[in-house]
Amino acid sequence: MLTFGTGNKAVAMAVRDAKPVVVAAYPITPQTEIVEELANFVTAGSMAARYIPVESEHSSMAACIGAAATGVRTFTATSSHGLVYMCEMLHMSAGARLPIVMANANRALGPGWNIGAEHSDSISMRDTGWLQVYVSTVQEAYDATLMAFRIAEHTDVLLPVMINLDGFLLTHITQTFETVEPGDFLPPTATPHAIDIKNPGGYGTLTPGNTHFTFRRDMERGMRASIAVIEETEADFARRFGREYHLYEEYRCEDADVVIIAMGTLGKEMEVAVDILRDEGIAAGAIRMRWFRPFIVPDLDGKEVVVIDRDYSFGYGGVLAGELQAKSGCKPFSVIAGLGGQEVTYDDIVEFVRIRKPGTEHWFGVVD
Amino acid sequence: MYEIRLHSRGGQGGVTAAKLIAYAAFLDGKYATATPLYGAERRGAPVVSFIRIDDEPIRIYSQIRNPDLVIVLDESIMQVVDVLHGIKPDGTVLINSQIGTEVEGHSTYPVDLTGIALSLDLVISGSPILNTPLIGAIAKMGLISRESAKTVISETFRDERNVEAALRAYEELEI
Repeated sequence: MLTFGTGNKAVAMAVRDAKPVVVAAYPITPQTEIVEELANFVTAGSMAARYIPVESEHSSMAACIGAAATGVRTFTATSSHGLVYMCEMLHMSAGARLPIVMANANRALGPGWNIGAEHSDSISMRDTGWLQVYVSTVQEAYDATLMAFRIAEHTDVLLPVMINLDGFLLTHITQTFETVEPGDFLPPTATPHAIDIKNPGGYGTLTPGNTHFTFRRDMERGMRASIAVIEETEADFARRFGREYHLYEEYRCEDADVVIIAMGTLGKEMEVAVDILRDEGIAAGAIRMRWFRPFIVPDLDGKEVVVIDRDYSFGYGGVLAGELQAKSGCKPFSVIAGLGGQEVTYDDIVEFVRIRKPGTEHWFGVVD
Repeated sequence: MYEIRLHSRGGQGGVTAAKLIAYAAFLDGKYATATPLYGAERRGAPVVSFIRIDDEPIRIYSQIRNPDLVIVLDESIMQVVDVLHGIKPDGTVLINSQIGTEVEGHSTYPVDLTGIALSLDLVISGSPILNTPLIGAIAKMGLISRESAKTVISETFRDERNVEAALRAYEELEI
């Protein structure tokens, strides 16, 4: 059904359509509308889930862990301080191989107090074992949320998935989007290690040094296997519903000499910058990274690279730029832009390409 | 692409108005986006919302810098905010005004949205409802169809006086 609404609303509608059994969440700006909509669906009877209001984000993830351990589909949503508050439980959920799905409205962390878009919240959860996808339109927020359940619950993966959408820029914009009837695109959950009271077993028991690493190695197997599962899920989604997604989205890259790489809404706005640069005779292209974990490296051979990071790792640099450099050997022009919702326009992105100096870092708006 | 910047005060319904205008454009078969600009909101503070309407999918998330149309829901804002900032040379201005305020250098459409709301007793918590008559004015300007304007209002508001308010603004606005 073609409809019109915000990124938050699209996430909530996708969750409704995925028919989870348990939703446990705590509201936080700019994610609140997701939680409100889900509570409304449950109250109105359009969603059969058990909605558990909790006293904190740590508890919302704990509740999802308990529910998912019984083998049922679960969902939560958070943002910023809420995400980092549940950090311990993120490690617990991934380590327990529970396919929980969560939406995160990307937002800066304080102080200074700020509710604007920034990826530092989710990127600081990089090593928890969660898959992370970054979306750039309201439609993609809906589609990626639906697909996240199938990817997380696939028995080759069994790892939780975080859908990241830029706070306000995407959570609060109203756009056209289409909902679908997922049908058997989303098969019932079949968690192989679900708690079975007729067949008791131990969960989260002591694992000393002579076994612990085997569980960590298995997590990495799940993460690596997720790449094929993501591709297969996205291909099936395209076949059934007509909308195509890829591990990363390329725009006018075929003959490009310089490519701009970013995640989230900047990854969409930069397409306009590429069109402007092309009109000026500069062979520019753009790659929008969708998956941050697993990290999938595009072929950047022979291209100049401009990476825009809406995050920063102190003492290191822009995280996306650094990881691309480490994995591909490219020497990116690393631009730090959009922190805390800093306004970045397509004209600014054009300027980043014009002033690029490979192997250096540029903080947009900072005059040294 | 047609770009609209809407200036209002917190509590006047500007953010909702932007969504409703974009929704009407969507019903007309266009691509549209509505974006509120959030800061430290409080009742009475100047608030800005953006609306983009196009025949193609819209890829821009940043703020509108060169609007085709500026809407001013409270003309006292013009004393503290440069509402014409960046407006296109041929850009137009729609002002909610009881005294027919005009601006120099741009086609100005003054319309008494407040008067229309008050005449129908459309008031919530002491504030006249301006977004439904505004939608009537926007339809008169030809940016959205009359039919979509009516659908959007009746889907969103149960009170029939909202449709009447839009109709009055449609009739009162001189193009």
